[in-house]
Parts: sequence; structure tokens; C-alpha cells
Amino acid sequence: MPKSLISIHDFTKEEILHILDVAKEFEANKTQPILRDKIVATLFFEPSTRTRLSFETAANRLGARVIGFSDAVNTSVSKGETLKDTIKMVSNYVDIIIIRHPLEGSSRYASEVASVPVINAGDGANQHPSQTLLDLYTIRQTQGRLDNIDINMVGDLKYGRTVHSLLQALSHFSPKFTFTAPEELKMPQEYKIFLDKKGIPYKETTDLSEGINDTDILYMTRVQQERFTDIMEYEKVKNCYSLTADMLKGARKNMKILHPLPRINEIAQDVDDTPHAYYFKQAENGVYVRMAIIAYLLGYK
Amino acid sequence: MENGIRKELKVSAIENGTVLDHIPSSQLFKVIRILNLDDCKNQITFGTNLESKLLGKKAIIKVSDRYFADDEINKIALVAPQAKINIIKNFEVVEKKVISVPKNITGIVKCGNPKCITNHQPVTTKFSTVTLDNGKFSLHCHYCEKDTLSDNMIISSN
Repeated sequence: MPKSLISIHDFTKEEILHILDVAKEFEANKTQPILRDKIVATLFFEPSTRTRLSFETAANRLGARVIGFSDAVNTSVSKGETLKDTIKMVSNYVDIIIIRHPLEGSSRYASEVASVPVINAGDGANQHPSQTLLDLYTIRQTQGRLDNIDINMVGDLKYGRTVHSLLQALSHFSPKFTFTAPEELKMPQEYKIFLDKKGIPYKETTDLSEGINDTDILYMTRVQQERFTDIMEYEKVKNCYSLTADMLKGARKNMKILHPLPRINEIAQDVDDTPHAYYFKQAENGVYVRMAIIAYLLGYK
Repeated sequence: MENGIRKELKVSAIENGTVLDHIPSSQLFKVIRILNLDDCKNQITFGTNLESKLLGKKAIIKVSDRYFADDEINKIALVAPQAKINIIKNFEVVEKKVISVPKNITGIVKCGNPKCITNHQPVTTKFSTVTLDNGKFSLHCHYCEKDTLSDNMIISSN
């Protein structure tokens, strides 16, 4: 079975650092057509414009050609074809498959059926490892290091897969965590046990203003209305988790705000103009990191 | 019965075969399903809701002329971890086996996550078992990476 990237656990610490180094090289030299004779498939069984464009840009910058679909409606999937058959067929056409699928575990299964490497571009609420790698890349870019970072994760810490994967990946680098979330969306127990076992410190708060001044990274996520059983509860908390420019006056100079995007109202527009805003650059970094992942899995870097 | 204490057996003795004892009554039919006894042509006798000091109500299964491989029998640890396995030859217990929860489980159990691929497409489930502090265990799905507690396990019907 060729090496795939399905879950952030599939990469060792060394591999993670290697990907970040290769991505840095691609950022310095954005167009490197080393995959001129390769074909990349982007199979998006559910729409995700941002992720798809990022992967397709990465493939194009590497000189590869891209085939695929951006939702499953007009494909044989709507006729009832199994995922196995779709993957078997596509693996005979292309050199690497990038898959996004609403069902959890679908990418792992695809990687077992495919004869070419598979990159998981999101399987339901489970994993989205390229997001985690681009988060790590951005943290290192803004702080000059990955070790001993103070990071404050804000918003939906219960269901947000990006924070869970990032937490696990950062556990290699002795971080200090603050978890800022409403009661209903607190960090699940299993992740706190994981940190306890590794001896990584964390504190929890429900108050956003509390953890802004003593952190290097403010990792914002969206608090989604559909996560709340009590709609009144959502109305109460939604504005508490809205970051505005005047809240940032006491922040460390090096503090950067990250967000997996799309943002709704959790970061006010006036934050965009502060030197702390970094989420658009973070999204741009996704292209270089994805170039690095594709090149690495195909054995070119 | 050398010392003549046991006068009567609720489920008649077998000459050769396997006795599965100390199965919680509620799990009897799950054990039957896991071991595929529905398709077994051997003589099988079972009793359930028998008095048991250990379990309150227990069930027992006796399968004549059949011996199970360890990894086959270990599967019943999923539903009856305290079961005792006796190997019978010529009406005597010649071996007692202790069952242990297998490290990996393929098939048998459904993943508890309704959004897991294995609940939507013809994919065989695969789990690794994780023993918890309270002596129970959970199943970690190889595909969706979610944990199903042993208490919430659903045995798949096939």
C-alpha cells in the first residue's frame, strides 16, 4: 500500500517537520513544475470550495494536471456506485487521489482500496490533516519556532476537528494551552486526559478577554448555532466569542490570530487591519503545505 | 460424578465437546450469533435463567463434538467476558480455558458512530480494543477513529 495522509497520526514528528521545510521552499519559489507528467484527482463528494481550490492550485503550481469533481450530484455516485468502485476506477487513471467525503473513515477506507497515495481533505467531523499541517506551518512562520508556544484555542472546542488535530500535533512540541469555550462546547475529556498523560499544561476559561494578553497564538473557531440544544444559550454566548480590535490592546507584539475560515462574526472586520490578523496569510500557506504533501507522497521531496 | 454430590444437571452432560458456562442470560443469543452456532450442525443444548451465585441468572451452552480455536472463542469476551470454557472428553473436563478480550476485532460489532463509513457502505468493521480503568473496554474504530464503549456495542447480524 503506498503511503497516504489520512490522519495527522500517520506522520511522525520528523515527517511533519520535513513537510514544513519543503513547504517553506515552495513558498520561496512558488512555481516548480516537478510533477509535469502527473495527474492528480480531486474527488469532492461534498462541496468545499476553499479546500478544493487550495489543493488544485497546489497541483497546478507543481505542473500536474487535475481531474475530478466538486460534488457528487452529477457522478455515478448518485447512481449508487460504492466508494470502493469509484476509488478503484480512479486509481487506474491518476497518480494521487485527494478525497473529501461526508462520511467519517471514508478516506482511510479509500486508501486501503486505492493503488495510489490518498490525501484526506476532510472526512466528516473526523480528520483534515492538511489543515493541521498548514496551522503548524503558520505557527512556526509567525513565531520562528514550534516549541514552547502559548496557544489559546477559542470557540467550539467540542466538535471542532481542527482544534483536536492541532492539539495532538502540537503535543510533540511542549506547548501551553488555554481553552476558551462556552460550557456546552468545552474541550472533551479524552483530549484533556491525553494532555495529562503527556504532562502538557492547560487551563480552561469561558471568558475570551481573559486569555488574549498572555498568548502567542489566538486560534479562533466558529461557534455554530446548530451545535446548541438551547437556542437562548447560543444567543447569549455568540457575542461573547466575537473578537474586536479594541480587545487586542494588551496583546503580545508577536501574537497572531489564526482561523481555519470561513469566519462569520467571531472576528470583527476591524481586526483585519491590526498587525495581529494572520488568517488570510494562513489560508495562502495552505497552498505551499499542500504542494509539499503532494510532492512528498509522490516521492519527489 | 465420583463423589456423588451432583445429583442432576439442568442441561444434560455431553460426552465430548465444549461447554460455555457463566454466560449472562441476557447475552446468550449474542454468544450464539458470534460463534455462528445458528449454522452449526452438531448437537447443541443450552439453558438460560439458571441460578448463579456470580451472575444472578446465567446461561450455559454445550456443543457436542466441537472444539473452538482460541481466537474464535475469544470473540465472546465482547459480550460475556466472565464466561468459562470447559473442554470435555469422555464426560470429563480435560481443560479449562480463560477467555481474554482480543486486541483487534474484525467484523462482529457495528461501529457506534452513525456517520462512520462502515454503517453506510459494505465495509467490514475493524477495531482495536482499549481497556478502561473500570475494567470495561472500548472499541476504537480503525476507520472513523471514534470509540464505542463495550456497554453500547451492537453485534452485527450476519
